[in-house]
Amino acid sequence: MADLETFRAETRAWLEANCPPEMREPIRDDDDVCWGGRGVKFKNEAQKLWLERMGAKGWTVPEWPSAYGGGGLSREEAKVLSEEMRRIKARSALSSFGIWMLGPALLKYGNEAQKLEHLPKIARGEIRWCQGYSEPGAGSDLASLRTSAEDKGDHYLVNGSKVWTSYADKADWIFCLVRTDPAAPKHLGISFLLFDMASEGVSTSPIKLISGSSPFCQTFFDNVKVPKDNLMGVPGKGWDIAKYLLTHERDMIGGSDSTGGGQRDSVSNIAKRLIGLDAAILADTALRTDIARHEINALAFGLTMERVLAETKSGQGTGALSSMLKYYGTELNKERMELLMSIRGSDGLVWEGEEKGEGDLARSWLRSRANSIEGGTSEVQLNIIAKRVLDLPGA
Amino acid sequence: MPLILTGDQQMIRDSAEGFFKDEAPVSQHRSLRDSKNPEGFSRNVWTKMAEMGFAGVLVPESHGGADMGHVAAGIILEAMGKNLSAAPMLSTAVLGATALKQGTAEQQAKYLPLIAQGAHLLALAADEAARHKPNHVATTATPSGNGFKLNGVKGFVLDGATADTLIVAARTGGETDDKAGITLFLVNPKADGVKIDKRSMVDSRGAARVTLADVQVDGADVLGGVGEGYAILEKMLDAGRACLAAEMLGVSGTSFTMTVDYLKQREQFGQKIGSFQALQHRAAHLFCEVELARSATLKALQALDEGSDRAPMYVSLAKAKAGEVAILASNEGVQMHGGIGMTDEYDIGFFMKRARAAQETFGDAAFHSDRIARTLGY
Repeated sequence: MADLETFRAETRAWLEANCPPEMREPIRDDDDVCWGGRGVKFKNEAQKLWLERMGAKGWTVPEWPSAYGGGGLSREEAKVLSEEMRRIKARSALSSFGIWMLGPALLKYGNEAQKLEHLPKIARGEIRWCQGYSEPGAGSDLASLRTSAEDKGDHYLVNGSKVWTSYADKADWIFCLVRTDPAAPKHLGISFLLFDMASEGVSTSPIKLISGSSPFCQTFFDNVKVPKDNLMGVPGKGWDIAKYLLTHERDMIGGSDSTGGGQRDSVSNIAKRLIGLDAAILADTALRTDIARHEINALAFGLTMERVLAETKSGQGTGALSSMLKYYGTELNKERMELLMSIRGSDGLVWEGEEKGEGDLARSWLRSRANSIEGGTSEVQLNIIAKRVLDLPGA
Repeated sequence: MPLILTGDQQMIRDSAEGFFKDEAPVSQHRSLRDSKNPEGFSRNVWTKMAEMGFAGVLVPESHGGADMGHVAAGIILEAMGKNLSAAPMLSTAVLGATALKQGTAEQQAKYLPLIAQGAHLLALAADEAARHKPNHVATTATPSGNGFKLNGVKGFVLDGATADTLIVAARTGGETDDKAGITLFLVNPKADGVKIDKRSMVDSRGAARVTLADVQVDGADVLGGVGEGYAILEKMLDAGRACLAAEMLGVSGTSFTMTVDYLKQREQFGQKIGSFQALQHRAAHLFCEVELARSATLKALQALDEGSDRAPMYVSLAKAKAGEVAILASNEGVQMHGGIGMTDEYDIGFFMKRARAAQETFGDAAFHSDRIARTLGY
């Protein structure tokens, strides 16, 4: 415990000295979030400095081993770091699918050479990754994917197309599910391939969404040559990695707030500011009832996350709960956005206006509708709970 | 405190679950009802509960109790909810003990050991209107002799017909809905002017309408300060609400398990109905809801044990969420059982009845949503 307090003091001092003041401001725009990569365009010097300093200490990935560019911190130390960062409202230095998704899978399934090659570059934000999972014909039924990787002796020849590839047009590398054995049953012919998006034959095309933004692409592979060393894990066992990674993704979408930055204000606080009180009661009593109902569920959900974490730590875990968290968390977030739209009324409908920030709410509301689709739909999560937790018979 | 049960609490859970399954299962609830048992519970089971330390779960060791805390009390109530075990646990061991712990040294010494021994039953006579509103007290206590005279009607007194002592909320000052001016009195139900009308409820539990007509009490019967009863009443109610949330969690748990088991047995259209996605999704959603109710309930019980300022907020969260989920779980249980769920022969209907009664007791989800909103300042 004494060691932990020493660590806290040192961490506090280091953050105080090294976190630029600009990086302690709330995130306001998309370009306040740093994604790194070969083509990174820093918004300002502070953002660059912050990434370099955090990357050098491995604190972008505090719990990864230091041999792979991580901070080598214990779970407790990482918690202290996160608390101390929150204390000074420090922004996350790096947002990255490499950190959130590929990294954990690489640590578990990658070989030594792959770990040494890729993990440090993820930690320092030098390479930006994207995920190649869904295909035009393979959404909820992901395992029916058809992008092929044909064994050509010294390399694989990849052909096919991926869809909903987040930021594919900005990514340097892709981790991609491909079919290496077309004859095998659908779950068994899949492999997990890593390759450079700059390879010949790779092209991307952004997809415009109802929210007006284009975070997703369709990605095309036309005779892309990929060295055989780039296959992660065992050929034909890619589905195991895919499932492992989806669990991570679900925890991320369900558990975190998808707005991306810092502590969110509660729906009732926003309502209080915008609608006001009348005799200590929200001036719109009908909406107040809806808000209170939502907040009860939000509070109970937060406590459930806390309990699941405590159970996991103490080995009392009930298992298969990531589907529950993903399902309930995303449904709650959608409900939150619906309520915020109601609170704002006609002001919330503005798409573009004179003032900065007008139109943000409508766009966030529309964006939130994807929460219960991406990473496995709510219906797929309910299927998983019914099958794995309740042991109900298959249809 | 991590949001999980400690090793000791897990042991209490295991012994409570075993005890109620063996000693007070649903079949006993049925036979109590069918035999029109005048008390609505088994004295024999209550005596054994006292021997197990359950009756004294909140009574300090210095008064012969087990002093295991609210989480333990909740664990016991959850096991009772799972089995629909009827006993004066809530009225006496939770509300009664919580109240008497605020009493004078003489009151504590007189009542607390008897509570722990299972030898004295208490009932709270507070609610007057049909919808719970604890500050609504029209019953009056007017000075008389060296004490007070009580006059009024208490509409919904849980276990009121079996109690040895009633804890009556009456007004010594202020207006009908004021929190100030409420005083609690320990009243002998056999005293002159007390009329007890037993009301058998939908869940076959006992309740009574208590009419007080010039009931004379003396100064020694006042619990807490004159005009300062509301704080104690809130304490009692919050302990009761958190424990009711735990009981409802048990009700939800069994409703859910029975229903999922039924989905795996019942065949229609040549297959188990549990293979139909329409029912799978409802069952899976219900699973999530029960998990949320469990987290909220445990948090409330822990907050009471910690004496946290936020305990009332978490208690309302638990009561609101567990209440809503118990209604959902038992309603879905009846619906998914189909016709058989509507029969008296089948147990699932008992759970629906108990869920409704527990939901209405000490504030329903709407009451507690409102209380949470007020606590959060809107």
